[in-house]
Amino acid sequence: MSRDIPSPPPAERNNAAPAHPAAANENVGPGSQRVRSAGPHRKWQEGPAGRQAGGTGNRQRPSGGRARGAMEESAKPGLRICEGDCAVLKRDEVFKAVLVLRRRKVIFEKQWFYLDNAIGHIYGTTFEVSSGGSLQPKKKMEETTTETKEAGTDNRNIVDDGKSQKLTHDDIKALKDKGIKGQEIVQQLIENSTTFRGKTEFAQDKYIKKKKKKYEAVITIVKPSTRILSTMYYAREPGKINHLRYDTLAQMLTLGNIRAGNKMIVMETCAGLVLGAIMERMGGYGSIIQMYPGGGPVRAATSCFGFPESFFNTLYEFPLSKVDNLVSGTFSSETLPSEPEYNVPVEEESNGSLDEKQTLIQETEEESSTEAVMESNETEEQETMDLAAEDTDYKESKEKGNKENIREKQRKQQERRRKLVETAALLEEKNADGLIVASRFHPTPLLLSLLEFVAPSRPFVVYCQYKEPLLECYTKLREKGGVINLKLSETWLRNYQVLPDRSHPKLMMSGGGGYLLSGITVTVEKVQSDASSLEAQKIEEPTSKKRKLQELHC
Amino acid sequence: MSFVEYGDTIKDGDTAIVFLGHESMFPVKVQHGSKTQTKYGVIRHSTDLIGKRYGSKVTCSKGGWVFILHPTPELWTMNLPHRTQILYSTDISLITMMLELKPGSIVCESGTGSGSLSHAIIRTVAPTGHLYTVEFHQQRAEKAKEEFQEHKVEHLVTVKNQDVCKNGFGVSNVADAVFLDIPSPWEAIGHAQSALKIEGGRICSFSPCIEQVQRTCLAMEEHGFTEINTLEILLRVYNVRTISLQIPDLGKAAEDNSSTGFDSTNQSNQGSLYGILQQGTAQFKSGVPLKEMVGHTGYLTFATKSLF
Repeated sequence: MSRDIPSPPPAERNNAAPAHPAAANENVGPGSQRVRSAGPHRKWQEGPAGRQAGGTGNRQRPSGGRARGAMEESAKPGLRICEGDCAVLKRDEVFKAVLVLRRRKVIFEKQWFYLDNAIGHIYGTTFEVSSGGSLQPKKKMEETTTETKEAGTDNRNIVDDGKSQKLTHDDIKALKDKGIKGQEIVQQLIENSTTFRGKTEFAQDKYIKKKKKKYEAVITIVKPSTRILSTMYYAREPGKINHLRYDTLAQMLTLGNIRAGNKMIVMETCAGLVLGAIMERMGGYGSIIQMYPGGGPVRAATSCFGFPESFFNTLYEFPLSKVDNLVSGTFSSETLPSEPEYNVPVEEESNGSLDEKQTLIQETEEESSTEAVMESNETEEQETMDLAAEDTDYKESKEKGNKENIREKQRKQQERRRKLVETAALLEEKNADGLIVASRFHPTPLLLSLLEFVAPSRPFVVYCQYKEPLLECYTKLREKGGVINLKLSETWLRNYQVLPDRSHPKLMMSGGGGYLLSGITVTVEKVQSDASSLEAQKIEEPTSKKRKLQELHC
Repeated sequence: MSFVEYGDTIKDGDTAIVFLGHESMFPVKVQHGSKTQTKYGVIRHSTDLIGKRYGSKVTCSKGGWVFILHPTPELWTMNLPHRTQILYSTDISLITMMLELKPGSIVCESGTGSGSLSHAIIRTVAPTGHLYTVEFHQQRAEKAKEEFQEHKVEHLVTVKNQDVCKNGFGVSNVADAVFLDIPSPWEAIGHAQSALKIEGGRICSFSPCIEQVQRTCLAMEEHGFTEINTLEILLRVYNVRTISLQIPDLGKAAEDNSSTGFDSTNQSNQGSLYGILQQGTAQFKSGVPLKEMVGHTGYLTFATKSLF
């Protein structure tokens, strides 16, 4: 069966890609002429190039396998750890995102090491931290012999007096200092435990697992993805993402029908995690307009994903403070909100070399906080620039640089204004394919205004850490009309331990992961007042009889 | 319209969703000359549907009206004809994210069943990815093929009618992700491993029974899968209702001013405290859970294939 799969075009074409309005222009029925013209809204025919186009290089024939020796294709983009990548360190269930830089000390799980040795290895490689802080790849070892060890039957005679381990803290430290491998330390602990032979097999198993976890420190370097980053943020910095649990995020992406080719409106204050997740699911196709409060959007988490540059060509931003203007038709680009160099990448702004940025990251790294590494915070940049100014070298070229600086600033100002006008035009088309809201702000005003820009028969999803604001939102949306299939929900997530004869849910589970309100837009028509109340009733709560049947529906 | 791309207006040959009211909808194949019966009357495709904008209200012959919606995999999941028990969007969402699916991903799935998850996967991996789906029941395999064609996504999916436990997925070392929803997934783990790319990928197995999960986890371990993790996800839906609760009559306090605010003579205080509408009731908005909810669909076990 022949299959015509468009392969992504080479990188050079992306810059010249204008909108391809062919499909969008078949307007037979009523309704405004809808042309996705303002700015490049990349439809499928012009795909993105670059690392993240999923299984690149894998345009397979439908049947039949590939020749073995795919390993030679390890030049495949994104397969190997490269300097400058954002990678995620993983130890058991703990994650941490780091920038891969040479001669850069990294702390993770109470260990200090350099990432230099990791460069060039394939993502997914496991390492051990050896003396001196260097990473050594760990081969998959054979499990310790499974000969039937001596074991007890139950714990009736085991007394926990804290004295069963004969090795002291100092003894163990001495072993560690001697450079003894973790596996050996665990063995020593077992041999010096008076109660070990009395434990049941299961208890011995549990004991060994626990000691291994503590002494056999093994780190895996994995490629960032929505799955990994959302899990990491929920565990490390839930406050930064409004306590959005990763399964709730997963629901949003699906309920919102996020996919390649959409034109999405996103309003989030989750450090850019939600934006990144949406970008990943869109694969560089389509376009995203991010609404932001204040001076500019925070995209710290977005940079962790490692998207290729092309993905950002169709990412727009628009200030919330201008939304009212837009809706009422009084938008003008003259009054730009006070936009600092927030959105501009670091390289452009800092007069210094990359080194300064690295030193800065080093310092914040020591505060051991993920986002500090990844956030190119504006105030930090300012500090960098201030430090640079004090340097005598810079003083000399300062006067010369000044005039150029001013021209450069003006050029950027104009560019920003141009983009703002372009984005406003995109919004004014009122044909977005969906709306995602996940912020610390009360959702009601956001929804009521941003839904204006969404086409009919499109899904929208709102996340809120709390249920009550969504109750209000629901009510206001009902009053406003133009939405159907409203649903207020939350998900429960439970992890399991699965072992032979020892399978059960885990002890702890997440207490809450936030709430979602979702729905579908419909056309709003001018109706007479009597008809509109009927309309509201029909969409309103069903009679109790109907409800019973429908509630059994999943 | 397409299941993988939005269109503005309804066209001949489209699959559209007719929305009648709260959780009441059904799919319809739009065709010139066709008629669809609803409880509100007849919908004539040629005049009422074709050319209309998706999201429009359509008045039926008896005077009632409906909304016509653009299909999405989620709407399809709620309305598709069941040939087997299906996966619902709650599980599908988690599977999609945990398998790291995105445009360009190559996915292997078995069993196809009624195509609920298949449609969602196709939507996510489009336009450059592909779904290889295996179904051992001949009629179901054919029906799935038909539906994919009707929904204009056949270029993104290959349906194979075979037993995945015996013959695998029919491809080797191409998949970024494998999904299993079969009675004996442990028998297919080996095939799953060979279907996955050499450099690695993700796998998910969905099983209703814990015994199946135990066997599957063991098989995964034996085949060198890492990061094996089993979880379950449940959806809780809330109905938004305005509730009025009666304030109990605790009798009149004789002369005493130290009574609680429930004293009926203290009407104004009560009003400010409880938003009272009429005498003796308090009103508030609440998210009320449903009387019954789905308590279990299946256990989801995820794992990673890695070179190490």
